[in-house]
Amino acid sequence: MATKTTILDLPEDELVHPGNRACAGCGLSINYRIGLKALGRDTILVVPPSCLTVLQGLYPIATTQLPCLNVTFASTAAAATGVLAALKAQGRDKTIVAAWAGDGGTADIGLQALSGACERDENLIFICYDNEAYMNTGVQRSGTTPQGVITTTTPIKGKLQKKKDVTAIMAAHRLSYVATASASFPLDLYDKIIKAKTFSGPKYIHIHTPCPAGWGFDPRYSVKIGRLAVETGLYDLYEIEYSKWQLTGPSKKLIGKKRRPVTDYFNTQTRFKAMSRELIAGVQKEIDAKWEGYADT
Amino acid sequence: MRKNDFGSKKSHSEPGPGDGGKTGSWRVVRPVIDLKKCIPAKTNKMACFACWLFCPDGVVTRTIPPEIDYEYCKGCEICAEECPVDAISMIVETTLIKEEK
Amino acid sequence: MHIIESGNVAAAMGVKLARTQVVAAYPITPQTPLTEKLSEFVDSGEMEAQYIPVESEHSALSVCIAASSTGSRTFTATSANGLLYMHEQIHWAAGARLPIVMCVVNRGVGAPWTVWNDHQDSISQRDTGWIQLYVCDHQQIIDTVIKAFYLAEFVSIPVMVCYDGYLLSHTYMPFDIPDPAQVDKFLPPFTPEYMLDPARPKNLNTVTLPDTRTDIHGNTAPGYMEIRHNLHSDLRSTLTVVEEIDQKFQAVFNRGGNPYVEKYKCNDAEFIAVCLGSLSYQLRDVIDALREEGIKVGVLGLRLYRPFPHHAVIEALSGTKGVIVFEKALSYGNQGALFGDIKSALYNADRRPKIHNYILGLGGREIKTQDLLDALRNSCTDKEKMNNTPKWVGLKL
Repeated sequence: MATKTTILDLPEDELVHPGNRACAGCGLSINYRIGLKALGRDTILVVPPSCLTVLQGLYPIATTQLPCLNVTFASTAAAATGVLAALKAQGRDKTIVAAWAGDGGTADIGLQALSGACERDENLIFICYDNEAYMNTGVQRSGTTPQGVITTTTPIKGKLQKKKDVTAIMAAHRLSYVATASASFPLDLYDKIIKAKTFSGPKYIHIHTPCPAGWGFDPRYSVKIGRLAVETGLYDLYEIEYSKWQLTGPSKKLIGKKRRPVTDYFNTQTRFKAMSRELIAGVQKEIDAKWEGYADT
Repeated sequence: MRKNDFGSKKSHSEPGPGDGGKTGSWRVVRPVIDLKKCIPAKTNKMACFACWLFCPDGVVTRTIPPEIDYEYCKGCEICAEECPVDAISMIVETTLIKEEK
Repeated sequence: MHIIESGNVAAAMGVKLARTQVVAAYPITPQTPLTEKLSEFVDSGEMEAQYIPVESEHSALSVCIAASSTGSRTFTATSANGLLYMHEQIHWAAGARLPIVMCVVNRGVGAPWTVWNDHQDSISQRDTGWIQLYVCDHQQIIDTVIKAFYLAEFVSIPVMVCYDGYLLSHTYMPFDIPDPAQVDKFLPPFTPEYMLDPARPKNLNTVTLPDTRTDIHGNTAPGYMEIRHNLHSDLRSTLTVVEEIDQKFQAVFNRGGNPYVEKYKCNDAEFIAVCLGSLSYQLRDVIDALREEGIKVGVLGLRLYRPFPHHAVIEALSGTKGVIVFEKALSYGNQGALFGDIKSALYNADRRPKIHNYILGLGGREIKTQDLLDALRNSCTDKEKMNNTPKWVGLKL
């Protein structure tokens, strides 16, 4: 990372009003609050339906202090394209255009428009906050729900399929900047958005976002659980700058170190309670192999 | 008819606090900072502020000492969990309300 | 300047003359030559616009919705399944009150696949809150596209300009290209009351409650129902504006008129055929032939379908002996949509004519003048009992 922002350097200016409808301990609230500080006031946001639609506020009161276009579920990146085109037509093209979508709005219903916008090389920042299910509608499985997870549409056996690797899909579009981040590492997220602003073309940031209600844990542990996902090596923080991949911050420090077992993460949340020992052992094996690969790089 | 006669009603919201009301009323437990333990309060230095950083609702100030806006604090307890010196304790609201009465 | 060109090129020229700032489109037959022409205009520098070659029709209208919300004049075009794929966004654009103009190059919808003309695509969008205009020739296409921007921006409601696939889109006909300076005189730049702007942040199309709610200034803000009622009442008021705009256009370009309906030999007619689009011109020959047989018949083509011009329809049809509605679309399991609209308009008329419905030309089935002649003659001479059941013309099996 080029810059390392500290808590004291972080702008004090808050762009999200308090008294909004997000649940107590919401991981999205943390990364949205920090993310908007990084985007700054000269930004236009595009938001599809998600928990953020609720957080944003009900008409006529807006929680977000930035101009924001609420759009339909499948249209996010296309709508961001439209904002960019209009700004360009009017010579207002210094303004940042950022889309902020959930995992459904990115990995599932939003993927076609996102892929199209990436191929067209639109100058947007697309941020996906991944809480690993359709939380706003009451915890249904999504493409990014991990294997074994109980949701209201995988209620007994848990999800049978693996999590979709959206970041890899975005990287395959050969974007100038792709990164993963976590709500539990806000400074790392802040720096990545600041960095994304320096690149042209589409930029993609995928944020792992703990959800107390959907994952089944006490709101008190939102940050702790997100941190555990990184510390167990399940969720890696990295960035890809013009196809150059590197682990960042807390994940980078894990190279060559003994990681905590994945059960330390799984045991904190009720959504993993259907996972068999075999499945857990399989995940641990996969994670170990992945990190062995990292050690070689 | 004039152009201004049309489109008078649209869902265009304006920024303001408290869309969800005074969310402090959601709180079951209240974070209270022990200034004897709190790093910036104790050292009188701009340091730490983990509570400010992690607060999902931005209701903690980055000041010496940090202050919590109880009008909107939802009582999620993240500040208490993340405080490196355990300076924030969560007090059950009902006991506080009884004391205040 | 007069030229001979296709209907799609006429539309593209209208879009260029209107100084459209953002165009987004996805190719679909028979709309394709229109968007190809616009790409050529932009690529050659002849037109100063952002052309966005999107990956779907859903995204095409999404781009227009966002660009219009950001204060730019926008255009898109599509046909058939492309229009259906936009459906969600079509409702959205009207609800958000965005003055987008879209050409619908009418084509039948699948399944089964058809690329040929009928009106099922745009008729299926009639309840979305858009203004729908139907045109009959190339001159009307280019003029209506320019007028559509004026209208859309005046009333903050999106407009569909519908014209028949192949019959108009791919045929070559002479038309006059309006003078650019005169177009500029007629059509001022787009100046929305609000556009997305960091200096004036607003959050657009947020979740809106069933009931009214107090805003940050202490005023009562509308609920969902008031916002939707406003769209409806503004659409009804649009009827007045359509006429004013037509007069303004006539004053500059010395052509136009008939903003609601286009009448042919209706004044003394005992029977009137009613339809949308270019079919009304084809029917003129039939009218002339029947008049030679002594049947007093005329044709009424609706230029404006939504908002529905009740007054013009009642004025033209009330007091006649019979009304015969020819349609290239229908509400399956019931009757033609236009037929239902005409009937409901006449319900409150002083003198209600008999009314009959013919379905024809679906998926491009050839509409033979002889078939039209027979159908119309049968209805006018009571050979065919006029009733509520639509009769199909040109059905072979």
